[in-house]
Amino acid sequence: MTRFAIPIAIFVALLALLGIGLKLDPREVPSPLIGKPAPHFELPELHQAARTFSERDMLGKVWVLNVWASWCVSCREEHPVLLDLAASGAVPVYGLNYKDRREDGLAWLKGMGDPYKISIFDFDGRVGIDYGVYGVPETYVIDKSGIIRYKRIGPLTPEIVKEKLLPLVRELDRA
Amino acid sequence: MRRAAALLLFAALAASATGKEAAPAAADPVLEKRVMALAEELRCLVCQNQTLADSNAPLAEDLRNQVREKMRAGKSDREVVDFLVERYGDFVLYRPPLKATTILLWFGPLLLLAAGFAVMLRRVRLRRESGEAEVTDADRKRAAELLASGDPK
Repeated sequence: MTRFAIPIAIFVALLALLGIGLKLDPREVPSPLIGKPAPHFELPELHQAARTFSERDMLGKVWVLNVWASWCVSCREEHPVLLDLAASGAVPVYGLNYKDRREDGLAWLKGMGDPYKISIFDFDGRVGIDYGVYGVPETYVIDKSGIIRYKRIGPLTPEIVKEKLLPLVRELDRA
Repeated sequence: MRRAAALLLFAALAASATGKEAAPAAADPVLEKRVMALAEELRCLVCQNQTLADSNAPLAEDLRNQVREKMRAGKSDREVVDFLVERYGDFVLYRPPLKATTILLWFGPLLLLAAGFAVMLRRVRLRRESGEAEVTDADRKRAAELLASGDPK
């Protein structure tokens, strides 16, 4: 029976590898932006088109940038988590309204609650491209010197906020 | 009559189906050709098994526009690709670059082939040593007899 030992071992190893492969999420593309300065933008605010907001306004603070849109289904799922995060006051949350219509975005925030200190309005999705956005919602944690420290593709969950985002924010706040 | 209507409908459907592919060719066909050629090499991040050239996802359209704009501004293919890799990582490339983290990806198949070859060589050698496939004199004699006996009917 020993002659089958090696093929069986190879087969089992292959099964294990395939099993691990099944658990991986192919949508989670590692972002090359982690550890790099947040790309520069200067965009009009959603509520007041005449005012602009830039990532440079946030230098010296740890903050969260959340990319959302009224047409995005998972954003709906994520919204209560963001409301809780904003209400906790642990970290300021800013929104990037991605490829949306201004009135739709505003109506959405009015109906569902507004967790954002400010939402900026990225109508043509250019800033989105600079931030490597490809699946809304996406969330970035940016540190005091404007470096991107964390990126989440897909909706935030209470677990991710508790286990990843908040510990990271605390650590960065101390730095 | 009905047949004509059906044909017309079919033609219309076919036209709309082909009309969906890729972006409308812009004013400059040479530039457009360059855009599409590069887009063939780039992955659409929304529908990950399609190229930027094939995909109709809004993001793919935006990215094609960015590529077109950069080319119009005189950027080389290399610079446009770097621009995208900076934002989306190596994943946007259909041909992964050769570097430390991708060595296994590039040479893994060769390694497997070499391993298979080694196993085969060892087996052949073992078999030879065990004499299993040895042709004896008796065998040769029998073969000669069979050949000499001519056409077996």
